[in-house]
Amino acid sequence: MSINMFIQHLFNAITLGSLYGLIAIGYTMVYGILRLINFAHGEVFMLGAYFIFFAITLLKLPWGLAAVAAVAVSSLCGIAVDRIAYKPLRDAPRISALISAIGVSFFIQNLSIVVFTGLPRAVHRPDWLVKVVNMGGIRILPLAVIVPLVTLLLVLGLLWVVYRTKPGLAMRAISKDIETTRLMGVSVNRIIALTFGIGSALAAASGIMWALRYPQIHPFMGLFPGLKAFIAAVFGGIGSIHGAVVGGMFLGLVEIMAVAFFPTLSGYRDAFAFVLLIIILLMKPTGLMGEKLEDKI
Amino acid sequence: MNSRTRNTVLNCLALALLGAFIWWAEGNLDGYKIQVLNLIAVNAILALSLNLIYGFTGMFSLGHAGFMAIGAYTCAILILTPAQKEIMWILEPLIWPLSVIQTPFFVAVAAGGLLAALLGLLIAIPVLRLGGDYLGIATLGFAEIIRVVLTNLDFITNGALGIKGIPAYANLWWNYGWLLLTLFFIIRLVGSNFGNVLKAIRDDEIAAKNMGINTFFFKVVAFTVGAFFAGVGGALMGSLVSTIDPKMFAFTLTFNILMITVAGGLGSITGSLIGSVVITVLLEWLRIVENPLVIGSFEIPGIPGMRMVIFSLALILIILFRSEGIMGMREFSWNRLFGRFSRGGDGA
Repeated sequence: MSINMFIQHLFNAITLGSLYGLIAIGYTMVYGILRLINFAHGEVFMLGAYFIFFAITLLKLPWGLAAVAAVAVSSLCGIAVDRIAYKPLRDAPRISALISAIGVSFFIQNLSIVVFTGLPRAVHRPDWLVKVVNMGGIRILPLAVIVPLVTLLLVLGLLWVVYRTKPGLAMRAISKDIETTRLMGVSVNRIIALTFGIGSALAAASGIMWALRYPQIHPFMGLFPGLKAFIAAVFGGIGSIHGAVVGGMFLGLVEIMAVAFFPTLSGYRDAFAFVLLIIILLMKPTGLMGEKLEDKI
Repeated sequence: MNSRTRNTVLNCLALALLGAFIWWAEGNLDGYKIQVLNLIAVNAILALSLNLIYGFTGMFSLGHAGFMAIGAYTCAILILTPAQKEIMWILEPLIWPLSVIQTPFFVAVAAGGLLAALLGLLIAIPVLRLGGDYLGIATLGFAEIIRVVLTNLDFITNGALGIKGIPAYANLWWNYGWLLLTLFFIIRLVGSNFGNVLKAIRDDEIAAKNMGINTFFFKVVAFTVGAFFAGVGGALMGSLVSTIDPKMFAFTLTFNILMITVAGGLGSITGSLIGSVVITVLLEWLRIVENPLVIGSFEIPGIPGMRMVIFSLALILIILFRSEGIMGMREFSWNRLFGRFSRGGDGA
């Protein structure tokens, strides 16, 4: 493989890794606080892509405004899912909430088939984003630079919120001990809603960029990226934001590079993430950067 | 007559009644209704096997579709004639010993179950160290890996094209026969001391460990037995629908089985049976909403996808408002039935 080809693959891998990372953050934040795999997270990612599509085609919004609107509406959807399907089950066994989450995921998928129809659609892409640039023999899309940059900005913003603001402090406190935090006078439910809102907004941002990079959207598009991003979150260490980003990047690298170096493996691409999951769970169940979550007796 | 002989007599009567019903159904019901009856039996086998794994032992497994796929493919390859196999495998010919073997249906179904059990055993040893939701995701991952492998092993599975024209041996007698076998085995297992250990693990694994139980061993055995019956269910399903391909064994299939088990009641055998009747009939009945509806001169167009919307909404509502399902952990028993009528008696 020539060095130019390698660099092109590297850009693809970083783009894909950023998108996984953004979704993974939502999983890791929710799991850190509620110990719940938010199965519907992949669906919020899908909704983000659909919302920008309709904002552009139906509402005729300019592109940037459409993106912001799509992120905002998806964020509200994420909060609504928590309120309706998870909040009543806070005191129920953890698996009940997980089954509810699976139900919500199927519900949103199928409702999307009913409302949006199952036909794949193409999101409008501004020309300057997808005009191939040739830099000394390396052909890349501007998107391949912009996606990681946007991701970086979003992650920095998120870290600022989590580590430098009061609500962020409350989030970290809840993930340590929800009852004590409640006793300290923190409005726990509001913070949980905020967590879902932020996580969903990031997933929607990822969905929008995914729709630009791989321009077909359909109601099932959230399923595999969602599952894989969850695996990325576990790989990086569930509960850790840095871990989610690193896990996402690593998964992106593995998927792109393994196929680039061993083209015969391309049929097995969707299995890589799951193999990775099983390996990490057996070798180091807390993930690369995770803290040990103790069993409550 | 003591209650033991009475129960034996009643069980035999119930069996005879079931036999008579099947005999009557075969002669008098149309093909569609028979197909629904068949589906009920197969779904019941699958729900019972998931109930053993999740309801009785507390292992949240989302890998059922994978075991079903193994069972279905094994059975299909074993019951097709060598001539059919030569025509069907277009991409690459089926590899040698498989291309000439043909076995009776019973052997093929059992082989499907055994292979699924073997795989279940291989999977169980690494993943059962995990608990709760991690186990769910890991088993879901395995099911997806199985699907990807099936898509790529052209020389065994015919790849994405799948297998068509599987002989429809799975009639009412076979399906209900296997259901009874499953039922008998699982009732005996759950009622035994072994079953008590499983329930102890489900209720509190740490406590069970402290009692000196090798919980890992018991979990592996329960998982493997569950995988066996999932494989059997998959094998029967393959013969029932006559066409299988890797797409069929996606997560949706596991979701349907989970729905039946949860709706019926986790940890209740009776619940799984009732659940499979209710959910199978509901799923068929919901096809109405996807078909165009004609009222007078108006035609309301059918809404594709609406069936699964209602179905998943039902699951959410069950979990939110009645998480113990139809039966909870209760079981049907003759004793209770008679205890209700004989006032003041000892209920036995």
